[in-house]
Amino acid sequence: MSIRSDFPILARQSRGKSLVYLDNGATTQKPQVVIDAIDKYYQQHNSNVHRAAHELAEEATQMMESGRSLCQAFINAESRKEIIFTRGTTEAINLVANVLTQRIKPGQDILITELEHHSNIVPWQMLAERTGANIKAVAITDDGELDLNDAAAKLTKNTALFAFTHVSNGLGTINPAKALIKMAQDVGALTLVDGAQAILHLPVDVKDLGCDFYVFSGHKLYAPTGIGVLYGREALLEALPPWQGGGEMIEHVTLTSSTYQSAPYKFEAGTPNIAGAIGLGAAITYLNQQPIADLVAAEGELIRKALAALQQIEGFQLVGQPTERSAVISFLIEGSHPNDVGTLLDQQGIAVRSGHHCNMPLMTRLGIPGTVRASFSLYNNEEDVERLIAGVQKATTFL
Amino acid sequence: MAVSMDLEELKETFSFFDDWEDKYRFIIDLGKDLTPLADADKTEENLIRGCQSQVWLTHQLIDGKLHFQLDSDAHIVRGLSAVVLIASNEQSAEAITALDLDGLFDELDLLAHLSVTRGNGLRSMIERIKHIAAHS
Repeated sequence: MSIRSDFPILARQSRGKSLVYLDNGATTQKPQVVIDAIDKYYQQHNSNVHRAAHELAEEATQMMESGRSLCQAFINAESRKEIIFTRGTTEAINLVANVLTQRIKPGQDILITELEHHSNIVPWQMLAERTGANIKAVAITDDGELDLNDAAAKLTKNTALFAFTHVSNGLGTINPAKALIKMAQDVGALTLVDGAQAILHLPVDVKDLGCDFYVFSGHKLYAPTGIGVLYGREALLEALPPWQGGGEMIEHVTLTSSTYQSAPYKFEAGTPNIAGAIGLGAAITYLNQQPIADLVAAEGELIRKALAALQQIEGFQLVGQPTERSAVISFLIEGSHPNDVGTLLDQQGIAVRSGHHCNMPLMTRLGIPGTVRASFSLYNNEEDVERLIAGVQKATTFL
Repeated sequence: MAVSMDLEELKETFSFFDDWEDKYRFIIDLGKDLTPLADADKTEENLIRGCQSQVWLTHQLIDGKLHFQLDSDAHIVRGLSAVVLIASNEQSAEAITALDLDGLFDELDLLAHLSVTRGNGLRSMIERIKHIAAHS
């Protein structure tokens, strides 16, 4: 069942040892089929999309739009018009924060949570500055779960928007997205779900979730960097103004005014990341061919094993103990900085991330400078876990 | 600073390491030998903000020589700070300005720790030391 051999980079060495790649929360590796799809596009089909009347342009357009349809089906969106290509999660959130400017009134609340990545905090702070809205955040428990009572208290008729992460990138907490969306809808708030860490590990069905916006990055889903998706409900997208202006997004232009295309093109100014969209399509096609549920279950089993063994190590401190955990083990070694542990693991050929993981408010809330984060993907195996455990054990002898 | 080694001794010691473990154990020990900064000196003004770990630097000009004190909340960065101090402490501003610290880190095979992606404040620390020397 292993898909490991589909990812050529996993055969390489790091620091003279076989690579153990456990930084999948930052980005995932790419299977050969994705690399080939990008290669083939540039070798045989490269052309600009949607405009030129020639065969190459037709092929490129068809390939890119097929990527859009694959994304639509992957998250069960109603229409392909609801899939907007962006550079990634961050740009998708910035797009929404910008086009909502006219809708937000001074004094309204924009609700986020203490678990959020900076990219689901800062664009809202900028929106609040433009509009005079207030930023509020749902508190977490010491275990790293959202305090649902606090969410209920902070979601009021004054809440314009509730933006929260599906899975915490720092702790791995899986949030009860559907319930949170329902709570927000009950007070008439718009909802945006940051799916960056969820998209590979959880089945995502935007119709079932009922959210207004769902955003994710291709590169955390075995696709290249520089391509991501903003899902938005079609009726809502049609009612919102464009963000960036330029080519591709217009219907008619005079020197003094323009009319715009409908969604998704209204939100895709300029030549898009064509190769990226094709790579994303190839990644989804690849995933559709795998027994995802079995792979995710095996990944969960690996993480349980890793957790059990790591917790036996003297000085190991697990950060975050959510009931529902996805693909992330965040920890500290007593008496040391996460950066020390990260460096000592790196020297052993084990790639993890150390630091605040763009979660500074979360780390402040937990009273720590950061964590060491081992984040898993569907290709990690028992050997990776054994090497991680031995690597952490060795690191503790230094500190 | 309590590190009693001079730069030549440091380079010689590094030349004997044939695996990463000995080298990093030594770096961490170097850091442990640094006299810790008093909490009163760990001020916002003395803080060199790195992306991941924190480094504090103080300096005094005594008889034409710059005396630095460094501290960090991370063991390895403290140890690498000790390496910087061994090369730069108690020297004239001119001598510090002329120092090739990148060259030294390259020679010790530690250059990766100065890369921008490390974001550990070490690069900023060296820049601050050079800045102090340039304005002394």
